[in-house]
Amino acid sequence: MSDAHTHPNYIKIWYWLLVLLAISVVGPMFEIPALTIITAFGIAIVKSYLVAAYFMHLKFEKAIIWFLLTLSIILLGVFFFGTAPDLMMTEGDQWIDCIADKSCVEQRL
Amino acid sequence: MHGPIATHRRATGIPTGRLAVWWLLASEIFIFGGLVTCFLLFKLNGSPGFEDAALTSVTAGAINTFVLLTSSLSIVLAHAAIENGDRVKTFRYIWYTIGGGLIFLGIKTYEYTGKIVHGHVITENLFWSFYYTMTGLHALHVIGGMVIMALISFDIRKGYNFQRVELIGIYWHFVDLVWIFLFPLLYIANF
Amino acid sequence: MSQATAAVKKDSQAEHHEELSFLYKYILPVDHKIIGMQYIFTGLIMAIIGGYFSYAFRMQLAFPGEVVPLYGLVGPGEYNMLITNHGTIMIFWVAMPVLIAGFGNYLIPLMIGCDDMVFPRLNRLSYQIFLVSALVLIASFFVTGGGFGGAWTSYPPLSSNAEYSLTDWGASLWILAVALEFVSFLLGGINFITTTMNARAPGMKMMDIPIAVWFIVIAVILFMASVGPLIAGAVMLFMDQRLGTSFFLPSGGGDPLLWQHLFWFFGHPEVYVVLLPTMGIVADVITVFSRKKLFGYRTVLYTAFATGGLSFVVWAHHQFIAGIDPRVANVFVVTTVLISIPLAEMMFSYIATLYGGSIELKTPMLWALGFLAAFLIGGVTGIYLGASALDIYFHDSYFVLAHFHYTFFPITIIGMFAALTFWFPKMFGRMMNETLGKIHFWGTFIPFNCIFLPLFFLGLAGQNRRVYNFQLYPDLATQDLQNIRIFATLSLVVMLIFQLVFIYNFFVSMFKGEKAPNNPWNANTLEWSIPSPPPHGNFKTLPTVYRGAYEYSVPGRELDYWPQNEAPK
Repeated sequence: MSDAHTHPNYIKIWYWLLVLLAISVVGPMFEIPALTIITAFGIAIVKSYLVAAYFMHLKFEKAIIWFLLTLSIILLGVFFFGTAPDLMMTEGDQWIDCIADKSCVEQRL
Repeated sequence: MHGPIATHRRATGIPTGRLAVWWLLASEIFIFGGLVTCFLLFKLNGSPGFEDAALTSVTAGAINTFVLLTSSLSIVLAHAAIENGDRVKTFRYIWYTIGGGLIFLGIKTYEYTGKIVHGHVITENLFWSFYYTMTGLHALHVIGGMVIMALISFDIRKGYNFQRVELIGIYWHFVDLVWIFLFPLLYIANF
Repeated sequence: MSQATAAVKKDSQAEHHEELSFLYKYILPVDHKIIGMQYIFTGLIMAIIGGYFSYAFRMQLAFPGEVVPLYGLVGPGEYNMLITNHGTIMIFWVAMPVLIAGFGNYLIPLMIGCDDMVFPRLNRLSYQIFLVSALVLIASFFVTGGGFGGAWTSYPPLSSNAEYSLTDWGASLWILAVALEFVSFLLGGINFITTTMNARAPGMKMMDIPIAVWFIVIAVILFMASVGPLIAGAVMLFMDQRLGTSFFLPSGGGDPLLWQHLFWFFGHPEVYVVLLPTMGIVADVITVFSRKKLFGYRTVLYTAFATGGLSFVVWAHHQFIAGIDPRVANVFVVTTVLISIPLAEMMFSYIATLYGGSIELKTPMLWALGFLAAFLIGGVTGIYLGASALDIYFHDSYFVLAHFHYTFFPITIIGMFAALTFWFPKMFGRMMNETLGKIHFWGTFIPFNCIFLPLFFLGLAGQNRRVYNFQLYPDLATQDLQNIRIFATLSLVVMLIFQLVFIYNFFVSMFKGEKAPNNPWNANTLEWSIPSPPPHGNFKTLPTVYRGAYEYSVPGRELDYWPQNEAPK
């Protein structure tokens, strides 16, 4: 490898990852929803940052790779927010559950 | 040195193999990201069945996370070893990683069996459909990574294709990353 | 670099390429040129199948219930299977392999000046997966129940439940074939992008890359960024079909709209995935044949970036009447109309390139101009459809059908012919017959307009897509409308007959045509600086690039072209 960089201390990173894992397991035991979300997903993001930056050497990688990965996450966000209104807000005015109460089925027959 | 000249050019400053692995991972982000997005769309909507997340074993998930994190460490140590030219050590670390993958799959099999025995099959409800699809696709990536790693380890012993240790390492870390997100999604978060 | 060259020269395969057996040269090649041609020929064979399907169902529409010559009787289920697979084949097995994989493979290494793709064996693998996917699709026509008939968009629950689609295995094989094809293009795409990023000839800066290469690479990036969710969706749909999950079934808590979003999140960028390669090819053709510098190289490039970016936020305009949230529809109307701006700008750049040039109407140029004219109609009619209010009337009518055939036909067929006739001398070392080429052009272009222009009017008259027999609908069964259908169908038959001229010209020229010089069109790009056809390994020594690809008619130069690799004095 000609692009030399000093190696991070992998064992230390691993220790940190295990500490974070412990927190994410312990967090939900308090059964506070907000705390669960923060410990579960906040920690997941920190953990993935550690793995990506140090184990995958992203920290020493060219900017274009960062750009590429960020772009893919952003596009997933676009997909989520474009789709969410349809999948998550289905309680509009005109929605009658015809099949369940059979009311409008008879009406239309 | 073999193959076309093109393979050995690096106009971007990034070796070709590594660049390709990053592009591969970008496309993988979309595949797993697509699944996770669909999962979130249903979960955040409060679709029925998602409370079954409480039934998954946090212990098994946490042990699996630990196993994958540790295997990530061993493959990155393999990369460090090959940079120092230590082929024996690299070979050993790669096989530690494969061992980690095997333990992971073993625990996964144990979990699957337990769930299926209790009637939580893939068709039970959306949660279990997503559970088996997501962890199944992830497990396929684990298996694929292990096979490639085994092939690479013999190359290393014979003394060529050293750069591939880093490439399979990046891939393996990505598999680890996916699990880091699957773990809270499927095991921890029952809100 | 010289070290690398020396090292490779020692390599036996690079040096003794002529010793390759037939098997390794043509059946299991690693040479990007042969793989490119494999893609092109597979695509052309699939085009014949797709064209044959269109012939069968158009005949059924024009002469309902009668036996179609060379086909037989078209039943309702069979009609659905024909239209579904016509669409699928033409987009996934013709447009993609020929324009992106075929010409991408052939042109990228030649145009950027390297000896092969960076991963030759991955390249071969991606073709083999593609071939398997084509075979799986063809196999799906012959299973019990016949091929899949749920339209190329394959909306659930029609596609997910065998009791609705009536094609149990046909549907599953279809989704399997499509998924395999995606995997093949993902692998191929990684290869294209890495090659262009890393293996450019020394001296070739970003802004010296020919537009054709740029656009193929942008298209591949769009493909990679949009197809992932649909691969996940394909897995989910396959599980719905075979395992009985209900990702897309409301009865089990799923949502059919989710598939539509997954599909169109890929499906709309896909339009630009196939459009951009043709746009790039046309840019190269029109500059060569008008002997002028491309007007606004950077502008053209930036408009492509803008198109690519915007293409990710327009997908829901396919679903305006699918019951989506009207507030979201508003946003998508705006973005849909916005995306016409960069494309119009690109079009203006091309027209400005033509302006004042010394235009030579050779066959490739005719195709390129035909593309611009036809695609213009396709683009303009799209603006109506982008408005959500108008779309309520137009949706799933023949207006939509005519609109997207006015985009896809120029992209796929006209663009393909422009590229084939332009690079034929380079590919086979022989010139094509100009007269036959021109006959073929007019014999395709005029009937093409005769097929699809009338369909706009049928759509405005309220004719719906995907209907097996319009005689069953009194409002649509009138003789006036039927005459239009018959006219369109006969035009199709005429067009198909004229393709025989091309096939004849193609194969006769390949073996008996006039020998082609290295640079028959006096073009600048690197592939014209080497013998036709290029030897294995392409360049004797790697070229050095000194200037952009479009330096035509530079004042003060004797020649009206200036090859990219010619050293300045």
